[in-house]
Order: sequence, then structure tokens, then C-alpha cells
Amino acid sequence: MSTPAATRQTSRLASATLTLLSPRGAVFLLLAILLVAVTLLNPNFAEPGQFIRFVQRVAPVAIVATGQYFVIVCGEFDLSMGSLITAQVVIAGNLIGQDESRSVPVLVFMVVFGAVVGLVNGLITTMLRVPSFIVTLGMMLALLGGVLFWTGGAATGNPADGFRQIGRGGIRDVPVVDIIPWSVIVLAAVLAVAIWFSRRPFGRTLVAVGDNVTTARFAGARVWWVKTAAFLISSLSATVAGVLLVGYAGVHPSVGRGYEFIAITAVVLGGVVLGGGRGWVVSAVAGAFALETLFTLLNVAGVPSTLRDAVQGAIIILAVAYSATAFRSRRRVRTAHASPTEEKVPAGDTSGGAPAIDS
Amino acid sequence: MSATTSRPRRRVRPGSTAIVYLALLGVIIVGAVLVGSVGRNFFSDGNIRDILTGMSVLGFVAVGQTLVILTGSLDLSVPYVVSLSSLLAAETMRGNSANIVQGVLLALGVAALIGLGNGLIVTKLRVNGFIATLGVGLIIKGYLDTMYKGSAGSVPREFQLIGATGLGPVPVSTIIMLAVATLVFLFLRRTRTGHHIYAVGGSVDVARLSGLHTARPVIVAHVLCSISAALAGLLLASRLGVGSPTVGSQGGYDLLSIAAVVLGGTVLAGGRGTIWGTIGGVAIFAVLDSVMSVMQVNPFLKDVVRGVVIVAAVAVYTGRALERRRPRFGAKGFDSARSDPGLDAAGAAR
Repeated sequence: MSTPAATRQTSRLASATLTLLSPRGAVFLLLAILLVAVTLLNPNFAEPGQFIRFVQRVAPVAIVATGQYFVIVCGEFDLSMGSLITAQVVIAGNLIGQDESRSVPVLVFMVVFGAVVGLVNGLITTMLRVPSFIVTLGMMLALLGGVLFWTGGAATGNPADGFRQIGRGGIRDVPVVDIIPWSVIVLAAVLAVAIWFSRRPFGRTLVAVGDNVTTARFAGARVWWVKTAAFLISSLSATVAGVLLVGYAGVHPSVGRGYEFIAITAVVLGGVVLGGGRGWVVSAVAGAFALETLFTLLNVAGVPSTLRDAVQGAIIILAVAYSATAFRSRRRVRTAHASPTEEKVPAGDTSGGAPAIDS
Repeated sequence: MSATTSRPRRRVRPGSTAIVYLALLGVIIVGAVLVGSVGRNFFSDGNIRDILTGMSVLGFVAVGQTLVILTGSLDLSVPYVVSLSSLLAAETMRGNSANIVQGVLLALGVAALIGLGNGLIVTKLRVNGFIATLGVGLIIKGYLDTMYKGSAGSVPREFQLIGATGLGPVPVSTIIMLAVATLVFLFLRRTRTGHHIYAVGGSVDVARLSGLHTARPVIVAHVLCSISAALAGLLLASRLGVGSPTVGSQGGYDLLSIAAVVLGGTVLAGGRGTIWGTIGGVAIFAVLDSVMSVMQVNPFLKDVVRGVVIVAAVAVYTGRALERRRPRFGAKGFDSARSDPGLDAAGAAR
């Protein structure tokens, strides 16, 4: 009885080590190293109260990364997230104003607005077959332009304090951490829902669609609906991030700028493959945390803020290069086993395309 | 690519470029009517010059971007290459016309090295072009932000003339841009590497099985793309008279050039498209901008119009090409492992 249990434990340990070195796990290793480095330079960082503030600051990015994960894993892009956050922030600022009683109706409106944006992105991508890069690029331009046109380019006042509490407030007088910010709770809820989604048939189908659309379609997946739902999720997550950011950062047309690229970077850091078919949502969130920890580290280490971009660029290239090469060596092993079938399928797939290149 | 291809396939390529120019014609007609309705002449020398000038900078960037997209990659680092080359040129020249050649060569050389870096990261380190060039762009941005606080250097008068003079209503810069486009067109049509760019973009695996070095065309495309972005930077330096660290990112040349390339009928996944289509796409943008300026459209609304036009135009192309391209659909990513557990689970769940 004890021997099999022991072997199981060793093999579990071995597989845990393997997972940690594999692309989907490497991000946790990276995150741990970064956290330790920050703590060494600034011991205050590890204090529970400080740390929960850090999590609060990362929450919007992590939520956006969660949404972007669903889009990327099914093989698409969502470049409109940053503009959508800006739009939602400005909507909240303008429509709620100082009238707290409007909070709930405007919140409902924002959710509907986010859903409509996601639906439009998804339907144009799937029904009209426009590449999602272009659809969401157009949406990004149109949303930002539309919002700035509506407000005349200037930001208007912050919404009522009650609404801002979602992003800046929390449960007070908690032992140990002093305060549990609402945004941390929201992040936990979003993450839980995301994990649940990705374990359901929907999440599995999403990955299958990202891996190979044709096979997924033959297997009976409703590709258009799955992809549209992914865009819906990403737009709704941008909406949630917008609500949090209104409280945390206030109303300004630059809130949310660049979030789409930060989110894509975070997701890719988490070992999710651009082009779809591979990735784990928890890794994507860990990628967001790793990225923000990296920024904190550069800050604490006194690196000039202008150099931060350069370091960020170098790190994402290295991280992706690592995961790409690791995946490649793994795939080679697999291909060696499965080579007969592997050869057949692409040949059938490209029978239409091959002659054009040969001639 | 040659006359031996089957009939429907032969029709695709001239067809898609023809639609681009039909769309351009439509935009011009609508624009001329709108401009006429406010009592201005769309075809006046001044207006034509404005449109052609507007085409030149984006044209350079988009021509290079076309090459990269044809191979199935992307280049998001172009705005920073544009800024960097404008600064390098202006600082080397220091207002002295004897240094023009040096400045131009330095800018082009550094850009070529950046392109080489992009290409090597994409092909040798296997980093997706999106992430590779985003990262390289960030690195250059960090360098620019650290080293330069504002515009620097100055460009001699002789060099400024390139951006300022014209033959009749046609600016010299646009003529140079079209000459570069012609060279790239000949490169794609007449050279082996040019054909390989299409082959690799169409399908890396088929290209490899056909015995191509699949890395080389991608690297060449990235090098040429950075060089043409540097040409855009030189042109901007010539227009501004100085080098500027933000001129590229303010222009939004990364996403706009990609949009122009796709507007020109090039498939974002690679393997299909023409340089003249891209020039048509750039022209559509330039005409739109000029019409909106003449009509005094709110600058924020301009972005809305641009966004809608990009999506609508691409929807028209893909809608048309849908039937003919069917055999290729889903070909992307066929090199990925098939034994993914997600697939089985999805099959079981249905």
C-alpha cells in the first residue's frame, strides 16, 4: 500500500517539476523569482497590507488578461479592449456624475454596451470573415474617436463616490491584511468563473477551435458561436476592468490606453500561444502578475522609467522564445510517434493550396 | 504565379487588386462630390498635391509592411524605426550638406540591422512576429525616451528640398515612394526570393517540403521592411527639418500601415497580395483624410470614419473571395500537434 503511494508521490513531484519548467508553468517560476527579487529590494512589499494593495493595483490588468485569453486561445485578437475601457470610464464619468442614484442604471447600460461591442466584434469576425485583427483595430479607432468626439476631447468629472468605491474601497478592519479591496474580490470571482468556463465543454471547444478550425467544425462545434462568445467575454471583462479603473484611476481619456497590448503581452507571457489552441487561463493571469511585478521591480530597483519599456520588450521576447523552443522540442517527440497520421492530414488539407506554390 | 495555374486561381490576384482600385475610384467620386458641395475643387493642383503628399510617408511604411505580411509575419516596430532613423539622420547631418550621404546611410544601416534582428528573432527563436516586433519596438522606444528629450539635430536645406519640391502637382517624395514600390514589385515578381516570400507566407510547411530555406525570405522581408520604414523617417526629417523621437508613434504607423496593407487586399495570414493593392489602400486613406480635412470633420470623428471604412472594405473583399479561397481555409496551424486533449474533450462533449 505504501509503495505505490510513494511512487505516485515521486511521480507527482516529477511531473510537478516538469510542469514548472514547461511553458504553461514557467510563468509561475518567473513570477516567484520576480516576487522574491522585489521583496529582497523592498522588504515592506511582503507585508500583507502592502501586498494586498499590489494585488488591487494588478486586478484590472489581470481581468483584462483573462478576457484576452479567451480570444487568443480560439485563435483571434482583441485590440479594442483598451479603447473599450476608455469608453466605459468616460461613460461612467459623464452619465453618473454626482448623482449616486444613477449608479445602477448606468452600470447596466455599461454592461449592455460592452456586450454589444463584443457581439459586433464577434459577428463581423465570424460572419463576414474579416480578420479579427482588422475588426478590433477598426473598433479601437471607432470607439476611441467616438468617445472623444462625444466629450469634445476633454475628460469630465469623476462619478459619484459610491460608484468609485468599487475600485478603491474594500472590506475594512480585516485582521492581518487590514483591508480586502473589492477589486481583489472581483478578480477572484472573475478568475473562478474563467476557470469554470474553461473546464466546461465551452472552454474545451474554444481550445479545439483555436487549434484547428476545420477539425473542430467537423467535430460538430458551432465555431461562429464559440468565437463570438469569446469576444463577448473579452468585452465584458474590459467593462469590469473599466469599472474598477474609474474608482482607482479616475476619469481621463488616457485611462485604458495600451491595455490591449499589455493584456496580449501578459497572456503570451503565460505561455498561451498566439494563433490559438494552447494555454491555460490561470497562467494568463499569472502572466499579468509577472508583468506588473516586473514593473514594480524596475521601479524599486531605480531603473529610469524611460528604460522600463526596453526591459519589458527584452523580457517578453526571451519568455516567448523560451516557450516556443520548449514547445518545439516537445512536439518533435510527439511527431516521431505519430508521424504516419501526421503526414497524411496536412497533405489532404492543402491539396487546394499546394499547386499554386509549385507552379 | 504563372500561366499554368488553374483558371479560378488566376483570376484571384488581379481581381482583388482591381477591387481595391474600384473602391479607390468610388472614394474619389464620393469625395469629389462632397468637396464640390462645399464649393471647393477636389481636382485642384493643391488638393492633388495634398493627397499625394499624404500618401508618401505611409506609402513607404506600408510597402515594407506588405513584404512582412506576405510572409505571414507582422511588424509593429516600424513607428520607432521611423523616429530613430529621423533622429540618426538629422544628428549626423547637423545642418551640413556634406554629411547628407553619411546620415542617410547610417539611418538605413541601423534600420537594416533592426530588421535583421526582427527576422532572426522570428525565424531562429521562433517568436511570433507580433510579439517579436512588439518587443523590439519597446526596446527602441526605451532607447529613444532615454536618449532624447525632444527633437534633435537639423537637416540641411538641400535635404529639406526632397520633402518640399514637386514636379507640377506631384511631390518628389511621392515619386521616390512609387519608385521604391516599383522596385519591390519587381523584387516580388522577378527574383527567386520574391517568389519564396509568397511560398513561405502561403504555407511554411509546404515551402519547407518543397526544399526552400524558409527562414531566409522572412529575414529578407523584415530587413526590407525596416529599411523602408527608415526611408519614411528620412522623409519626415526632411519635412520637419529636425529629427523627432515621437514622430513615428504619433503617426500610428504600425497599425495604420497594417490596415492599409489589408485594405489593399493582402491576406493578413500571408501568401496573397500585391504591392499595387497596398498603394491603392494607402491612396484610399489619403483621399479620405483629405476629403475630411476639406469638409472640416471633427478630428475625433475622423478616427470613427477610418475605423468603419477599414472594417467595411475588408468585409467586402473577404466576402467576394470567400468561395474561391475555400480550399485554403483552416490550413493555418496545421503543423500544431493533433493529439491535444482539448480536441478529444470537445469531441466527446458534442
